[in-house]
Amino acid sequence: MGSLLSQIWTVIVMNIRSLPKRLWMSLAAVFAVSVVVAVLLSFLAMANGFEQTLAGTGSEKIGIISRKGSRSELNSTVSRDNINILATAPGIARDADNNPVYSAELYVIVNGIKRTTQTEVNLPLRGISLGGFELRDTVEIVAGRQFEPGRNELIVGQGVLAEFDGFELGREVRFGKTTWKVVGVFSTGGSAFESELWADALTVQTQFQRGTTFQTMRVLLEEPGNIEGIKQLAEDDPRMNLDVETEAAYFAEQGSALRGIVVFGWGLSIVMALGALAGALNTMYTSVASRGTEIATLRAIGFSNMSAFFGTLAESIVLSIIGGIVGALVSYLFLDGVTASTLGASFSQVVFDFQMSPQLFKNGIILALIIGLVGGVFPAWRAARLPVTLAFKNSM
Amino acid sequence: MSDEILFELKNVAKKFVKGTESIAVFDNLNMSIKKGDFLAIMGPSGSGKTTLLNLLGGVDKPTAGEINFDGKRVDTLSEGQLAAWRANNIGFIFQFYNLMPMLNANRNVELPLLLTRLGKQQRKKNVAAALELVNLSDRARHMPSEMSGGQQQRVAIARALVSDPKLLLCDEPTGDLDRETADEILGILQLLNSKFGKTIVMVTHDPQAAKYAKRTLHLDKGQFVEKDLAA
Ligand SMILES: Nc1ncnc2c1ncn2[C@@H]1O[C@H](COP(=O)(O)OP(=O)(O)OP(=O)(O)O)[C@@H](O)[C@H]1O
Ligand SMILES: [Mg+2]
Repeated sequence: MGSLLSQIWTVIVMNIRSLPKRLWMSLAAVFAVSVVVAVLLSFLAMANGFEQTLAGTGSEKIGIISRKGSRSELNSTVSRDNINILATAPGIARDADNNPVYSAELYVIVNGIKRTTQTEVNLPLRGISLGGFELRDTVEIVAGRQFEPGRNELIVGQGVLAEFDGFELGREVRFGKTTWKVVGVFSTGGSAFESELWADALTVQTQFQRGTTFQTMRVLLEEPGNIEGIKQLAEDDPRMNLDVETEAAYFAEQGSALRGIVVFGWGLSIVMALGALAGALNTMYTSVASRGTEIATLRAIGFSNMSAFFGTLAESIVLSIIGGIVGALVSYLFLDGVTASTLGASFSQVVFDFQMSPQLFKNGIILALIIGLVGGVFPAWRAARLPVTLAFKNSM
Repeated sequence: MSDEILFELKNVAKKFVKGTESIAVFDNLNMSIKKGDFLAIMGPSGSGKTTLLNLLGGVDKPTAGEINFDGKRVDTLSEGQLAAWRANNIGFIFQFYNLMPMLNANRNVELPLLLTRLGKQQRKKNVAAALELVNLSDRARHMPSEMSGGQQQRVAIARALVSDPKLLLCDEPTGDLDRETADEILGILQLLNSKFGKTIVMVTHDPQAAKYAKRTLHLDKGQFVEKDLAA
């Protein structure tokens, strides 16, 4: 049976060499598969990038305290009294002066003009105390300077600067009746915080008439991941109706918001794959028809019908894998690292990058492979069933 | 020609059924072919010449009757067994040569050898010898599209004989060639018969071509009319 392999190999070589004779049809099949794969990979890369961004946002070292069941910072309120009590909880790290490291934060929505579409979308403005910088060790002012407490000054995330108009260093920005000046640009190493505007918490409280309430409290944990002491304190006090989570857990929950996009991406790609499949079938049936005499002649010589089967199947798989690779490369070249923004779970814009990965690549190639297999197996079956007498048909 | 019988057809019937219509090409055909024979089969279009060749070559099966080759029944073999039997015993030559357009002369001639246990070197030698025999050594690397009809048919003959089969089956081997080229091809077939002892069955419309054979059978309405042309 060693000869079966050399038979199959010969037929494969012949089929591949004869591809140029069916150039346009073969190219159309390759193109269809590449479009399907490119579409699939763009959706997956988008969801991947979004998840990575949000996953990278949360830290295990930070505890976040919000109103019970509030789900997003926007809906949460935490009173100053509660913050004062919780600041004494065990498990909170302390600074050089033995004061607990925490930040009481406000989170309000303002408008920004998205550069690409020139439409008004929501942007989060975070009121943050200086403790908030101590908490977030990845924060870095990359241009300008820090805001001064008590003044209407903003620093803006790099993501905001990239995606929105009007937040350049030195610009004045109006939110409602208030005017703010952009004094600095910060980076947090690519996390979702870069999609925010930051200002002094007490100034935001005054300008947005928030009285003495805040929205969340963030604490630096003595021991990463350990929130038990704070949780205990919050639960023991019946007046406190608060959730305590690590920041990592909090954002991971939000990152899953684009799961739906992944499902939609697969759904759309599969529907399109059916179209590509029809193209592949058509191409391969045509190929079998045009090679009918060749196949029958080989069979007359004594080649097995398996060689006709696998030769045809191989042609289909080669075409669709080429399509898959082209689609993956196109989506990689045009989309990987492209910045996008979308509505995060808290109804504000999260800026993130499309992120291709070997795993996604593999998904694309597998989809292409399936199209090639299914699109090839029926024509291959026909090739294997061709009557050998066809070899003499010309002379009948 | 020896007295040993190579092929024997007994009470062979062949019917084609398509839907409700059925065409009976042969009702009760009997014939025998001796080893070393060069047999021409003539007859009007539609008389069943190609059908007979298909039955002899094991690419089609009779509806009834028996076909024996070298004393063994072949019409009852499975498709896979028939393929192996063809590879070992039969060489086909077609009117339109049926070369693989994407393979050069060498590769085309090598095809039947891929079904044997011969190694690469041995295959190369046999291919060269076969091309030498049809006087085409200088065209070994040419593609079919780069060759004339007569040259292509010579490649096809080399392919048919490279695995040293006992029997060559030819359907109108000169049907697409001019007189001079046809004579050249027929000369090669005659040589293969006389010098190498190949048994040849050749279907042809051309009485001139039939003259190269040892005898000619006329097929009409599914029956033979024999005329011995051998001297
Ligand atoms: N696969 C088939 N299905 C149905 N009918 C067939 C088939 N093959 C051959 N026939 C019929 O059988 C008869 C004999 O055909 P065959 O090809 O053997 O003729 P032929 O003698 O070779 O003719 P020609 O000289 O034109 O080549 C014809 O009537 C043909 O229509
Ligand atoms: Mg015929």
